[in-house]
Amino acid sequence: MPSIAFTVNGKTVNVTADGDTPLLDVLRNHLGLVGTKFGCGLEQCGTCMVLIDGEPAKSCGKAVSTLAGRNVLTIEGLGTPQHPHALQQAFLDEQAGQCGYCLPGILITAKALLDRNPVPSRREIAVALDDNICRCGSHARILRAVERAAARMREGASR
Amino acid sequence: MSASAAPALPGMLAANPRLDQWVRFDSPGRVTVSTGRVEIGQGVLTAMRQIAAEELDVSPERILLQTGDTELTPNEGYTAGSQSIQFGGVALRLACAEVRALFLDHAASQFGHPRAALSVDDGAILHRGQPTGQDYWSLATSLDLARDATGRAEIKKAREHRIVGHSLPRVDLADKVFGGAAFLHDLALDGMLHARVVRQPRRGAMIRTIDEAAIRRAAKGPIEIVRDGNFVAILGADETTVEAAAAVAPGQVTWDNVEALNPFQEEARWLLQQPSIDKSYGAPPADPAPTARAYEATYTRMHIAHASIGPSCGLALYEDGHLQVWTHCQGAYPLRAALARTLKLDAAAISVKHVQGPGCYGHNGADDAAADAAVIAMRRPGQPVRVRWRREEEFGFEPVSPAMVVTARAALDETGKPADWTTEIWSGRHTSRPGGGGNLLAAEALPDPPPPPPAVEGPPPPGAGTRNGEPLYAFPAKRIVHHLIAETPVRTSSLRGLGATLNVYAIESSMDELAERAGQDPVAYRLSVLTDPRARKVVEHVARMAGWRAGMPAGIGKGRGIGFAQYKNMAAYAAVIADVEVDETVRVIHVWCAADAGLVINPDGAINQLEGGIVQGTSWALKEGVRLDEHGISSRDWEGYPVLRFSEVPEIAVDLIDPVVDRPPLGVGEASGGPTVAAIGNAVAHALGARIRNLPLTRERVMAALLRT
Repeated sequence: MPSIAFTVNGKTVNVTADGDTPLLDVLRNHLGLVGTKFGCGLEQCGTCMVLIDGEPAKSCGKAVSTLAGRNVLTIEGLGTPQHPHALQQAFLDEQAGQCGYCLPGILITAKALLDRNPVPSRREIAVALDDNICRCGSHARILRAVERAAARMREGASR
Repeated sequence: MSASAAPALPGMLAANPRLDQWVRFDSPGRVTVSTGRVEIGQGVLTAMRQIAAEELDVSPERILLQTGDTELTPNEGYTAGSQSIQFGGVALRLACAEVRALFLDHAASQFGHPRAALSVDDGAILHRGQPTGQDYWSLATSLDLARDATGRAEIKKAREHRIVGHSLPRVDLADKVFGGAAFLHDLALDGMLHARVVRQPRRGAMIRTIDEAAIRRAAKGPIEIVRDGNFVAILGADETTVEAAAAVAPGQVTWDNVEALNPFQEEARWLLQQPSIDKSYGAPPADPAPTARAYEATYTRMHIAHASIGPSCGLALYEDGHLQVWTHCQGAYPLRAALARTLKLDAAAISVKHVQGPGCYGHNGADDAAADAAVIAMRRPGQPVRVRWRREEEFGFEPVSPAMVVTARAALDETGKPADWTTEIWSGRHTSRPGGGGNLLAAEALPDPPPPPPAVEGPPPPGAGTRNGEPLYAFPAKRIVHHLIAETPVRTSSLRGLGATLNVYAIESSMDELAERAGQDPVAYRLSVLTDPRARKVVEHVARMAGWRAGMPAGIGKGRGIGFAQYKNMAAYAAVIADVEVDETVRVIHVWCAADAGLVINPDGAINQLEGGIVQGTSWALKEGVRLDEHGISSRDWEGYPVLRFSEVPEIAVDLIDPVVDRPPLGVGEASGGPTVAAIGNAVAHALGARIRNLPLTRERVMAALLRT
């Protein structure tokens, strides 16, 4: 089986796996990074969202063979309880979630949005998050949380 | 009245009266609190901590909460029906109040202080506000809590609350936001085997052939195939390998004894021709003579899926004659009973522990996945077995909420108000949980399957298919006629709201039509027949929130509608107003909700639940219906079963009425769904000038309604 080297959350990893193995399985089962969730395996629900070289990607549909030399960011690399990302802090401040299973994927999609558009409108946030399903109905809070994070990041940048 | 007359204990405390089942002081500085209720996304972990901390006078951080574990927690049946706080929380509150009182009695007798001069501050016993050097933990060694509750302790008044009534942040959220192993799906045990089950297409289906070689070829790695009767599972150490085999396996098994379905049954009207178990509740039969002032209309709904964001998961380990099961189902004890029957084990040889899963909204595949894992684990002693359902399996095999037909019928008095009301309901069963009758897919596939669970539903209130069939309006005579259809094309069971969703849709749609016939505004008409002051208050309040005005023009593509119900006629009251825009499709722009949930433990948590019900209700109203073909459920992914997406979610405002009040808490988790669907239906009728009586309100139905106008 081939060994594939790439970067996850700033660390180089060498993964020995069949090249067709979905990145999601590599993250969860080979690397123990279980923050990224399985939702459908069909690239329809967004629970498995990660950033690959800064672009949002559904890891259930990404073969690990395509990742050699690339940079992957998962929810574990977004921030920590000690050093939360502005988005994570805003989701806690807004209590944006119910069961919470969709949240890692949503946080990653939101990061990709704010990286390319620091001043998104409510509508732009909603459209960006259309790639993610929340079944509990926490949408209103999630939209508020992304707006709050965007505002906080702009304040931070202008300091 | 005798001072010693024992008050009746709340049901859950009567069933589990020993105080040490609820509260223990085993760890220094910590209070171990147990509840049978489990976290299913509704925030119960946080609310139960608040209830216990408040009545015990300790800070919430001291509470170690144990939930849903047959080894550790009281048997409270299921976490369902918006009953966690209304029944489970109330039992816990009384148990904690009694424990606090026992400690104060004990301290008074031990140290000779007058009882009235003693109080508790964060677990420390105070005498006239000064430390005594004693606390719960020092006194616990000489106070035995292995005694039955009496129910005599006084609970605090709402104005005394310092923890209850405040929006404490959810204790479970941070782990989820930082990508922790927050879910059962994330547990990985040493030596764990991954497994997938090849599902029997229908009950009674028998395997004709299996091409095991084709399944092994697809795996591209080592797998085992386990077969017992018509139960087939694929297992192995590597999940990717097992999944690759499972993806092709359904096509490599042929079956006998599979009856083809009639896809026509995806719509509800076939129910009208089925044999049924018939019951009537309420007023005696109505006068069948037709009158000039009569109203009748019929409403339908398709089957609805729980459509959890994560497919069901189960984990089991059979070792040294004992089976340990980890599950995200709603009832640890009932699952244990069902597993004991299925596996022919003594219940004492089985432990079931709840671990959080993705939101379920009722009886979905969680119990079945746990049973799958247990059945396989029994055949691999010493090895943990993890079953995670596939997405198509979740959509295709979870029990769905039954399709329904509801006819609303009224005889009107001379002022246009109903003098006699009938809600006639045709529905498959809304309750078939495994504890009740062995309804587990694995059990049905094994040799000697159990009989189908009996079609039985309790009377309203709360009812199941009949839930909210009785309008809360003060009509002189009201009755429910229930036709329970035992044979349905697909397995059905409970989903958030049960029968209330369509019953409220039918009643509230009819109320708008009756208001129009009487030449009255919908809000004014409702208030004219609503005497319950709490009901009136939520209707009046939501009308103010939305700036409701009588006589807004109809049929102009924009509309506003109202819906109201008290969930189960015994839980929270909710009134909802929706604004919609309709061209070829319906867009819900704004939703307002006023709810009276009695004493509210965590206001933000209650609002979160009401918001969730509004979004899910909007999704039911606009989009949701399970599709069938001759093989069964054909809507097996998110394209086949679309739900509301972010850009389709309305602006939402929710107000709680009188949340700080000395009234019992009322369950809120399912209160807003029915009124939301009804409000949207009424808004769409207002926008179109024509009513759509069949859910969901799809583009095709909007176009058909437009053609009628």
